[in-house]
Amino acid sequence: MADIRLEGVGHSYDGGRTWALRPMTWTWQSSRAYALLGPSGCGKTTLLNIISGLLSPTVGRIFFDDREVTAVPTAGRNIAQVFQFPVLYEEMSVYDNLAFPLRNRKYPKAEIDQRVRRVSQLLGLDDHLKRRSRRLDPGRQQIVSLGRGLVRSEVAAVLLDEPLTVVDPALKWTLRSKLKEIHRDTGHTLIYVTHDQTEALTFADEVVVLNEGAIVQAGEPTELFLSPAHEFVGHFIGSPGMNVVPAEIAGGVVRVAETDVGQAVSDQEDELEPGPVRIGVRPEFARLGGEGASPGLPVRVTGVDRMGAYNLVHVRAGGHPMIAKTEADTRFAPDTEEFLHFAPDRAFLFRDSVRCGSISPLDGLDGKGAS
Amino acid sequence: MTEQSVTVAGSPVGGEIVTGAAPQDGTPDSRVSVKPKNNRAWLLVLPVVVSVAFTAVIPLMTVVNFSVQDIFSPDDRIFVGLEWFRSVARDPEIRAAFVRTLLFSAQVLLLEIPLGVALAVAMPRRGVWVSVALVIVALPLLIPWNVVGTIWQIFARADIGLGGWTINNVLGIDFNYTLDSTDAWITVLIMDIWHWTPLVALLAYAGLRSIPDPYFQAAQIDGASAWSTFRHIQLPRLRGVLTIAILLRFMDSFMIYTEPFVVTGGGPGNATSFLSILLSKVAVGQFDLGPAGAFSLLYFLVVQIVSYVFFTVLTRSGR
Ligand SMILES: Nc1ncnc2c1ncn2[C@@H]1O[C@H](COP(=O)(O)OP(=O)(O)OP(=O)(O)O)[C@@H](O)[C@H]1O
Ligand SMILES: [Mg+2]
Repeated sequence: MADIRLEGVGHSYDGGRTWALRPMTWTWQSSRAYALLGPSGCGKTTLLNIISGLLSPTVGRIFFDDREVTAVPTAGRNIAQVFQFPVLYEEMSVYDNLAFPLRNRKYPKAEIDQRVRRVSQLLGLDDHLKRRSRRLDPGRQQIVSLGRGLVRSEVAAVLLDEPLTVVDPALKWTLRSKLKEIHRDTGHTLIYVTHDQTEALTFADEVVVLNEGAIVQAGEPTELFLSPAHEFVGHFIGSPGMNVVPAEIAGGVVRVAETDVGQAVSDQEDELEPGPVRIGVRPEFARLGGEGASPGLPVRVTGVDRMGAYNLVHVRAGGHPMIAKTEADTRFAPDTEEFLHFAPDRAFLFRDSVRCGSISPLDGLDGKGAS
Repeated sequence: MTEQSVTVAGSPVGGEIVTGAAPQDGTPDSRVSVKPKNNRAWLLVLPVVVSVAFTAVIPLMTVVNFSVQDIFSPDDRIFVGLEWFRSVARDPEIRAAFVRTLLFSAQVLLLEIPLGVALAVAMPRRGVWVSVALVIVALPLLIPWNVVGTIWQIFARADIGLGGWTINNVLGIDFNYTLDSTDAWITVLIMDIWHWTPLVALLAYAGLRSIPDPYFQAAQIDGASAWSTFRHIQLPRLRGVLTIAILLRFMDSFMIYTEPFVVTGGGPGNATSFLSILLSKVAVGQFDLGPAGAFSLLYFLVVQIVSYVFFTVLTRSGR
């Protein structure tokens, strides 16, 4: 087990015209369970392939602890990887499939048997060990592929590339908790690629959000939800995603269409420059009612979606649509004027999609002053 | 309306029109079945039936016709039953040629299939060299059979052929395919390998290209050796194309005619007299249509049976 350190690692498939993965410096810490979350085509598979050595990066260097492995081929890196779709040795039995990585590495026979049986038991493959792997249904085939990734003991990391895409949803939950269990037992570094936020948030110690080839934020699931560092994280995590409203900073005050919303607070030491900015606030932290509280702004209700457990109230603020998540028993009639109040410290300011500050109550309102 | 329906009812297309028309005018028609039945399918099968009749059945029937008669002249012929078949099957010369041809086909398959697969594995998977490799490999396939024969006839000659001369004078091995049976056999075999291994290679290459990248990546992750990757990923996925390659190469080599005819003319002695060469001698040279017909049918039968066996064994083993 080792920390996996990427130093300025980037990859381009077209000779440098576009980056599939922008040069990044990043460390995957030993024994942690990571979820790598991002939309289709953002470079998740590329990143995994670089770590496992299936792809050599266009630029940058890779270290396992202090050993540089940039030029080391896959076989020398000792990484397990499971692919998006089942990859099997089709004419072999399930047992032989699971034993294959161990036999290639000359494990003693008894140990092979013991490991194969343990993994097959964990993944519920016991009844299928003798069957030819290609006779299994795709979901089971993928579980066999997963098993091949988990059967080895001395791996630097286990990379899982959307391993449960083809698996039956009911089985997904079971398998995911099995994976967590295995992770706890073995202490492998685990990188789990997904574009499903629930999967990422429930699984990982740390979620790494990748967008357009760059890591936009990494943190614990709650952190990503409560405090998005990038507009993309706000959109991608949470359902529905974060509201984004264009605004303006003038004299330290955030304004939307001539209305003062709140005080602009910079994330850094220095003051925020006056000029255009975007407000981001999650529907969960946008509260209707509470006339005149700060920060907040007047809105017009345009419609309500009843979701059962909660309601989604659609409003317009100065011509921009927003959504507020309210209790199921609240009633808001369309075409009425309401006041949308932002929960304290949960409304943020973004410039060029990157967070630069937050909004606090206006002076003299809500009893709380802002600098 | 009814009249029209009745007139077309007999034709395959008419079936549908009748069922459609009957309820409209209300006249019960005994030929109209309750269940709508569409006979149009027969019409679609017809072109195949006609073309198969002309390409295979009718020519074959004329051969069958010859094979059961003794023909002295167009007006003077007698029915002899299976007599010709018996004599052909007992003929020692034909039997020897049969064994010889079978041996030749076996050698062709044993050499060309592994060589072709090896060539395909060695060919680049992507990049600019793919097309270069394809053209070079495909080149022998574009040469007409008799030209191939002529090329090798000259190339292997001990006196003026580059290959034959080199073997004799540089390697110091006594080689003369016009005098020595083994040399003649080897020449014909190598010629066939040169000519047809590319076909196996191209088929295998197409099969290999259809294997998705993740399979090779998984093999790398699992620490598989190159041989192991071939054995467990590439070979299983070549089963389909190799079945085709084996069938094609068997049928073709078992019926080989032009090239040995041009190079050795079946000699020296009978060393390279394959079944087809013997057959043409009987049919065209001696104009014995009866024995030639029986010979052809038996020949045809053997090719069918062996091909069927190959096909069944290869597809069964894949399940
Ligand atoms: N072999 C390749 N050749 C050229 N471009 C590629 C290749 N593989 C990926 N790309 C491109 O690089 C970008 C990143 O691809 P990658 O497969 O890493 O995305 P991903 O995040 O894994 O997407 P998905 O969720 O669809 O699997 C995409 O724009 C893709 O089109
Ligand atoms: Mg991918």
